[in-house]
Amino acid sequence: MSLLALLLVPTLSGIGVFFVKNDALRRLVLVLAAALHASVVAATWFFPPTPLLGGWLLLDRLGQLVLSVTSLLFLAAASYAVGYLRRERRAAHQDFEEGLLFTNAPEATFTACLLFFLAAMTLVTVSHRFGLLWVAIEATTLASAPLIYFHRHHRSLEATWKYLLICSVGIALALLGNFFLAVAASAPGGAPIPLVLDDLVRGASHLNVPWLKAAFLLFLVGYGTKMGLAPLHTWLPDAHSEAPSVVSALLSGALLNCAFLGILRVQQVCAAAGQAAFGQELFVGFGFLSMAVAAVFIAGQPDFKRLLAYSSVEHMGILALGVGLGGAASFGALLHAVNHSLTKAMLFLVAGNILAAYQSKSAADVRGVVHVLPASGVLWIAGLFAITGSPPFGLFLSEFTILKAALDQGRSGVAIGYLVLLAVIFVGMMTAMLRMTQGTPGTQRNGAPVPEPVLATLPPAALAALVLILGLYIPPAVRGAIEEAARLLE
Amino acid sequence: MTMWLDTTLVSLALTSVLLLGSSRLTRCIRIVAFQGVLLGVLTVAAHAHAITARVVILAAAIFALKALAFPWLLSRVLRGADVRREIQPLISYTASMLAGTVGLAVSFWLSARMPLPTPPLSLLVVPVALFTTLAGLFLIVSRRTALMQVLAYLVLENGIYTFGVGLVEGTPMLVELGVLLDVFVAVFVMGIAIFHINREFDHIDTEQLATLRDWAP
Repeated sequence: MSLLALLLVPTLSGIGVFFVKNDALRRLVLVLAAALHASVVAATWFFPPTPLLGGWLLLDRLGQLVLSVTSLLFLAAASYAVGYLRRERRAAHQDFEEGLLFTNAPEATFTACLLFFLAAMTLVTVSHRFGLLWVAIEATTLASAPLIYFHRHHRSLEATWKYLLICSVGIALALLGNFFLAVAASAPGGAPIPLVLDDLVRGASHLNVPWLKAAFLLFLVGYGTKMGLAPLHTWLPDAHSEAPSVVSALLSGALLNCAFLGILRVQQVCAAAGQAAFGQELFVGFGFLSMAVAAVFIAGQPDFKRLLAYSSVEHMGILALGVGLGGAASFGALLHAVNHSLTKAMLFLVAGNILAAYQSKSAADVRGVVHVLPASGVLWIAGLFAITGSPPFGLFLSEFTILKAALDQGRSGVAIGYLVLLAVIFVGMMTAMLRMTQGTPGTQRNGAPVPEPVLATLPPAALAALVLILGLYIPPAVRGAIEEAARLLE
Repeated sequence: MTMWLDTTLVSLALTSVLLLGSSRLTRCIRIVAFQGVLLGVLTVAAHAHAITARVVILAAAIFALKALAFPWLLSRVLRGADVRREIQPLISYTASMLAGTVGLAVSFWLSARMPLPTPPLSLLVVPVALFTTLAGLFLIVSRRTALMQVLAYLVLENGIYTFGVGLVEGTPMLVELGVLLDVFVAVFVMGIAIFHINREFDHIDTEQLATLRDWAP
């Protein structure tokens, strides 16, 4: 029953908020739905939910990991959104980049799309039927596209259009991958294997290998577009930088993981069919390319939200690399996925605070954040050190696990390349973002602290605390769950 | 029934070639609508040995969406926008048709190199599906108006669907309808986006959507 509740809570409240006229009530519904969703997800850790639809909807460890992160981030984002939407209630805004006037999308539509977005992501994490997984991943695109176009000006419209078109085309290729997989599963003489993950894993030895490999490629390209693996990432910096910060946090922290999960599901089938190495080599290649592209674009990037977006491309590369190495690195990659999501969501939320105070996305215009926004400034510095993989934060631990696995496997070339790219990105991020916190605020600010509402600082602070805790001590239950999830990929 | 199947598949390939050489947007919408009709026929023809309620519902849903709803929606979008023709495509119509013929040959060559585990209903399924998919991809990258890009996305989707209906038996109804629903919402959202693009830019030329970039020129 809890699976049904997980899907219905966001869907029904999403439909419900369309009809709520009162802004405060609608925001309350958003937070309540998020809290209810999060508590049901928490309950699944103690009481494993029963499968639905004959095993099509099933929560395994891998799905549970992604679902938990998604739900947690959504709760943080929803609380943050209450303050954000209150701030944004003016009739028309002056665009700070070009001075044009623009309005916002109706708040009811925005809230409803947020909730539908959560429903779609939940469906991604529990789908074990490949067709349903596809439907869910495409649904996440469609629910999130209107969110990017919240500020109705031409830049966000451009970002929305690119996002919609590029991701829809990419995901369409994954549908072709679904059909290829079905062909691979239709062994001559004998009933075809149903496209349910567990059946495919069990009957993997009967799969037609060339078609399975072709299917894997299509899935990798299709869902890889959505995940932002280079060179398929072109839409990502635009969408993540033009969306409202609260949406960017969800896109970067939650949605990218969901796309990654889509690829991992196919990798599970390939591994069961004895073709794990085929996918792993591709993962390593795409991983390195993503990190390299991110490094090039992070160096000298003037826009701090785009900087965070490219950092997401980098971290998706690290995830791919980790899974590509396999073994202990798979564990590292999954741990890294959790750490990255928490940190990146927190950074985007803080970026939203900075953006609201300074009215500029240019890192050069922002000076003295620690003086103007003391709490956000401290969080920004902490997040910056965390995202670049400095101890004592969780990302250091997960990046180190992947490095150690590479060295243990005797792949020193991979290890060296990985370290060099991490170092280049570290320097690029630090030079651009550390400067924002210090110095004297620009002419338009007299340097007096700006009041920071609790709803704008508490959600990112809570996420930062979690990343710090994960860096110091991983609770045995969490470690066990991640290990179990990593074993599914072997 | 194989004759029906083959005729439909050949028509599908021909309409894609025709689309590659068309510039008037109303005509392009009509061609894609006709592809929708063909896909409805294809659904029935592919299951001719056992026409169940499931097949009828699916064929009807495809017909209603692809041959009626989408063309209607896109025509409305077109009426709102002050544009009748595709504007200076990046690759000319003649060159596009030429590329289409090459693509057709490549699709046949490729499909000959992809031995199927079980014999297909018709030898034309794989090449036509591949060709239609490639034509859709080609149109997306070579055309500039947002409307044409949506049509190209539909052609791509038609090609993929052809592959599925011709080769894959027993896809559950829930999944089939879920896919259709997604495509419907996708086209709907894209239609709304085009409406906004037209209002914002006074045009639906996607070349104008080029503000966001990393290094200012």
